[in-house]
Amino acid sequence: MGLLSKKDSKLILDPLADNNPITIQVLGICSALAITAQLKASIVMALSVMVVLAVGNVVISLLRNVIPGKIRIIAQLIIVAALVIIVDQVLKAFAYELSKQLSVFIGLIITNCIIMGRFEAFALANKPWRSFLDGIGNAAGYGLILIIVGFFRELLGSGTLLGFKVLGDPIAKTGLYAFGYENNGFMLLSPMALIVIGIIIWVQRSRNKELIEEH
Amino acid sequence: MAKFTDKNSYTILFTVIMVLVVGSLLAGVAQGLRGKISENERFEKQQNILYAMGIDDNEGAGSVTFIPTKEVEATFHKYIKKQLVIQGDEATEDENAYLIDIKKEESHASDDPNYKRKLPLFIGEKDGMTYYIIPMRGKGLWDAIWGYVSLDKDFVVEGVFFDHKGETPGLGANIKERFFMDDFKGEQIMNGNDFEGITVAKGNNDPLNERKEDHKVDALAGATITGNGVTAMIKKDVARYIPYLEKIKNGQ
Repeated sequence: MGLLSKKDSKLILDPLADNNPITIQVLGICSALAITAQLKASIVMALSVMVVLAVGNVVISLLRNVIPGKIRIIAQLIIVAALVIIVDQVLKAFAYELSKQLSVFIGLIITNCIIMGRFEAFALANKPWRSFLDGIGNAAGYGLILIIVGFFRELLGSGTLLGFKVLGDPIAKTGLYAFGYENNGFMLLSPMALIVIGIIIWVQRSRNKELIEEH
Repeated sequence: MAKFTDKNSYTILFTVIMVLVVGSLLAGVAQGLRGKISENERFEKQQNILYAMGIDDNEGAGSVTFIPTKEVEATFHKYIKKQLVIQGDEATEDENAYLIDIKKEESHASDDPNYKRKLPLFIGEKDGMTYYIIPMRGKGLWDAIWGYVSLDKDFVVEGVFFDHKGETPGLGANIKERFFMDDFKGEQIMNGNDFEGITVAKGNNDPLNERKEDHKVDALAGATITGNGVTAMIKKDVARYIPYLEKIKNGQ
């Protein structure tokens, strides 16, 4: 047995595939559509969500016995908003360049349903260490889908990956473009992100029939 | 037996304590970091102004690289020879003109029709050339956009810098990328004796930007409204400076 017990490692591995927050639980779709036009933005968003979700889960878990049931949603909202503001301010003071790049992402984290979803569904009922693992796992599952979508959208939409022109230069007509290949500008628009996520869901459910819901 | 957390008195107590703790925590963080943050913002303005007149650390055709933060203060004072504040027909020198808040000036002017806007203008010199750098501010799709444009004495654009608060990453946010900003270099803003500005045009079909006389640069795919915002910002804010710049040109 490795570092984690079987039960603990399930907390990390499950959200990566069979209980993925985006493709199975269908949470956090908005941000997956909005910021996946570039691979770099996807990676940055994935990491930011991981930090906030892991820390937030631990905080909620520590407070789980003292938060009044009637106002627990408001309490969760305040905690995640406070965390996001602190992260934003600290980045602005000590890593100004990075905070300029992240710009809107940091604020967008508050609106991510995965965060509130995990607070409500897991952290309120579990111990801090398990909540921490759950936060890391769900953020990783979310990030994985973001990175896959970002990869295809940037590659097919702009012909670049992380800003590098991997398919040649579309203006000077080198590389693939010399053979008449063109970038698909539609990939840069939000509807294509939804279609790419749809394809991922299709592939995943056709490989694992247990995931298909009965009607 | 009901849990103690279900009582109304406990709920109110918890709310009060939570608000106090979170509120003072955030206030403390904001207060503690304020000096550092405003210093960063000041340096950024200086970097942006210098970038518009072509003083940067760009390499090849890659991404935007400013001069290092450590050197920016000294470099700024080395290249920016004069900072003017234009109010009506008067121009006065003010070494902190770059700190003038254009947003505040705009709202003053719209509240009070008699208010004379303070218009900051920066005059830079590099390799014997004089640059007139004009700050701009406008609206994108989601939020504010702003920037600087540097003109030479014949009203030809020598460089621009754009930035934004919350445009869509990968689409409108690309106005701050070099492949967009570099297109403005060499464009004319005057059509004969009249001010025309520069239009961010769809279907311009000039990706290498070879036509410098057409007052148009190529738009960004999927960012029409942000591009229109850039067009409007240039037309609106640069126009305010034309009377003064013409006075300088005519040697007055």
